[in-house]
Amino acid sequence: MNPVVEAMEVTSNQPENRILPTLEVEHLKTHFLTRAGAVKAVDDVSFYVNPGEILGLAGESGSGKSITGFSILGLIDPPGKVVSGAIRFKGEDLVTAPPERLRDLRGNRIAMIFQDPMMTLNPVLRIDTQMIEAVQAHRRMDRKSARQLAYDALEMVGIPAPAERLNAYPHQLSGGMRQRVAIAIAFLNEPDLIIADEPTTALDVTIQAQILHEAQALCKRTGTAMIWITHDLAVVAGLADRIAVMYAGRIVETGLTDDVIDRPLHPYSVGLLGSVPSANKRGERLQQIPGMTPNMIGLPPGCAFKARCPRGDDVCDLAPEVSELLPGRQIRCHHPHLEEVSA
Amino acid sequence: MIRRLLQSAIVILAMSAIVFFGVNVVGDPVHMLINPEADQEDIEATIRALGLDRPISEQYWFFLKGIWSGDFGKSFIFGQPALQLILQRMPATMELAFAALFLAIFIGIPLGLYAGLKPESKASRGIMAVSILGFSLPTFWVGLVMIIVFAVELGWLPSTGRGDTATFLGMTSSFFTLDGLAHLCLPAFNLALLKISLVIRLTRAGTREAVHQDYIKFARAKGLSDRRIIGVHLLKNILIPVVTVLGLEFGSLIAFSVVTETIFAWPGMGKLLIESILVLDRPVIVAYLMIIVALFVVINLVVDIVYSLLDPRVRLRDQGA
Amino acid sequence: MTAESIQQAPDRDAERPVMPVPTEADETAAAVETPFRRFVSEFLESRLAMGAVFTLGAIILASILAPWITPQNPYDLAQVDILDGRLPPGSEAFSDYTMWLGSDGAGRDLYSAILFGLRISLVVGVSSALIAIAVGMSVGLLAAYVGGRVESIVMRIVDLQLSFPAALVALMLVALLGKGIDKIILALVVAQWAYYARTVRGSALVERSKEYVEAASSLGLSHARIMFRHILPNCLAPLIVVGTIQTAHAIALEATLSFLGVGLPQTEPSLGVLIANGFEYMLSGKYWISIFPGIALLITIVSINLVGDQLRDVLNPRLKR
Repeated sequence: MNPVVEAMEVTSNQPENRILPTLEVEHLKTHFLTRAGAVKAVDDVSFYVNPGEILGLAGESGSGKSITGFSILGLIDPPGKVVSGAIRFKGEDLVTAPPERLRDLRGNRIAMIFQDPMMTLNPVLRIDTQMIEAVQAHRRMDRKSARQLAYDALEMVGIPAPAERLNAYPHQLSGGMRQRVAIAIAFLNEPDLIIADEPTTALDVTIQAQILHEAQALCKRTGTAMIWITHDLAVVAGLADRIAVMYAGRIVETGLTDDVIDRPLHPYSVGLLGSVPSANKRGERLQQIPGMTPNMIGLPPGCAFKARCPRGDDVCDLAPEVSELLPGRQIRCHHPHLEEVSA
Repeated sequence: MIRRLLQSAIVILAMSAIVFFGVNVVGDPVHMLINPEADQEDIEATIRALGLDRPISEQYWFFLKGIWSGDFGKSFIFGQPALQLILQRMPATMELAFAALFLAIFIGIPLGLYAGLKPESKASRGIMAVSILGFSLPTFWVGLVMIIVFAVELGWLPSTGRGDTATFLGMTSSFFTLDGLAHLCLPAFNLALLKISLVIRLTRAGTREAVHQDYIKFARAKGLSDRRIIGVHLLKNILIPVVTVLGLEFGSLIAFSVVTETIFAWPGMGKLLIESILVLDRPVIVAYLMIIVALFVVINLVVDIVYSLLDPRVRLRDQGA
Repeated sequence: MTAESIQQAPDRDAERPVMPVPTEADETAAAVETPFRRFVSEFLESRLAMGAVFTLGAIILASILAPWITPQNPYDLAQVDILDGRLPPGSEAFSDYTMWLGSDGAGRDLYSAILFGLRISLVVGVSSALIAIAVGMSVGLLAAYVGGRVESIVMRIVDLQLSFPAALVALMLVALLGKGIDKIILALVVAQWAYYARTVRGSALVERSKEYVEAASSLGLSHARIMFRHILPNCLAPLIVVGTIQTAHAIALEATLSFLGVGLPQTEPSLGVLIANGFEYMLSGKYWISIFPGIALLITIVSINLVGDQLRDVLNPRLKR
């Protein structure tokens, strides 16, 4: 585990030494008012990320993780709206910040990497144009210097022959390279926080591994905090310092990566980890979580996971609150797998 | 590239065949190509001179040869070679067409952009309503109304004829004089109205589609200013289909100038065509048709080239191929 | 254009929440609402379209009932008196009825002339559109069904014709064929068929690869039957939309041609002819002679276009809300 983070975890237990987290999300609620009803995509989500730390935000499609990312940057469009909660970036609340301030921060102090690089890079503009504009939007710099910055950034993410790539158009690059460009763009202005929304999902497994490794190294080097959104636990297992598991718009478990992976508490996390093929023995049926992802419209009150949970009972009709079993180890469940934690 | 040129040549050839056979087979060639007022001897002499007593394939060959050397026969009415007549009038028509194109671009695109970005606003709905009108109103009717309102009632602008011209950089045009511009105003607007509506609708549709795209969201995530997002990212993507359509529509501008020129008594090719049709001045008709066909083919070719220049995906594919 | 303008685009992320599990209630509800009912209710959502339909209905009714609801038959020379000519709207005619819309140069009551003219305009426009649909549809279906070289040749021809504006094609034909109502209709048909052919061929291509076609042919049904009874009904939606809007174009085109003097003759005065007749009186201030027929034309065309627009919005599967 990242020794920096380990040290910080220790110090953060003493209130006087608490460092200011790069990002603090408290009771965030983002709802979408559609014709069919209100979709509570993000329903009371709280977490924090410290400088230099990588937080893995894991969950299935539709669990609200991407929306969380967009909410932080203020990119939620109608019919969606951040209904309540606070998002504090280095102490400054983003929910109440004026649009101009948000624009200032985007791409500058908080950057985002999207999932599909083909669609996020404008197909009719050259790579260098799209990188230079990201720089010039936030500081006064002439084109030549900005281009040099772009060149260095491409080198940093391991793209061979950066000069050629700069002159190219997006469709001339492979998927892996496009995503590296997206990562380079994210790091261009040396942001304090990067939100990566499933950046490797659309790529080959081998490229995926490379990019994960590079992203991790970059973060360590620059001290940038990162939120890595994914549906694949295997990805965050080796990458993140801490993990937050999301289900149906709520965070159900948070903790250090090792803790969550080795000793999961929430039945959903248990199910997720149990269903990873490598965790199963050959010849045995793959374990599955029974049921389907819930319809986000008209969620029942109470625990959203109850229908699929082997431990669900009447108590679960009351929505569980977040409880902090150990410092930094949070769980939202009436019947967590506590037998695992006793050690 | 070569392929396109070849295709264009084939098209011109095909059209020449259609026109030729249309004139000589569908109608009575004697009455079509010979001045009906001439007396019998002249008629027979002309028949021999024009080779109308030869087999039709030979006649077609002569026709083609004639086109190649620019000889379309002489106008009955004016006595001049038909081609020359048309070429004399062409600058006026071109002027009108370019002015209309200009208006279509500089009025249509901004309005369409606005309507696409704020589709629910009152101004947008207003713009779309006006565009439907512009689309449905027959050009000639709009011209009539314009004449009534601006020329007769308000007396602001002249309603007939072309104004003074001046020469600039070797080109003589009424763009360069105030009087010329005044005369150009109403006809250009009249011609442009249909195109403006088209451009507005196109731009709006393109904008509405493009705004949903991920790259726009990504541009916002990069913290780019709205002006840059709209002006560069959005515009460049929309421009491609719009420019293509506009280029193709330029040809129809020239065709529609027929109506506008008639109403506003603008001395261009179109007016000449109508007059020729009315008095059965066939050589001029034939010449006009062939020239229009050639013009269209050239325009199509140019648009193809411009399109590949604008869209890097197409350009690189072409280069690779 | 502020940040809001870009943010007005509804967030795609709203669609990420997962598919609902169908309940019993949903299924029974779907059974009651037939596609036709839904179509009608969606269509009527736009008050503008509703108004357009009513207007159109009124126009058609009026033109059918023309001989009974007009004070004068403008083509019965016995009823027309030149002394009634050029009277402004609201004047009393010689034979003691009020000319609500004034009279034209020859003494015809404009209101009567308009209604009779509407008849002709509508008949010419609609019949040419219908014939063009029949022709274009057959060609398009055939091309899509047969495929291979036949299809590519046919579509080349279609594309070729489509690269010229319909007005020009019509003009060319009229120049070659001369005047007369049948020739005008022919010219209009030839100008329009290609558009239908392309539309139908497009839909038919999509349908052709669907399974029910295979099923039908494996049952041994004849080609014609498969084409017309099976594929065609599924291609109807875009055809209806295009047909409606093109009918409006056909009417406008006929009016334009007639206005220019190369369309219908004076003996079959459509609205275009009426407008042309009134043109000479415009500059002397008697513009009602042109304007009122023009307004009638306008209302007709705009109504048809509005109906067509709404049809398109309702029938377009991609805009399903």
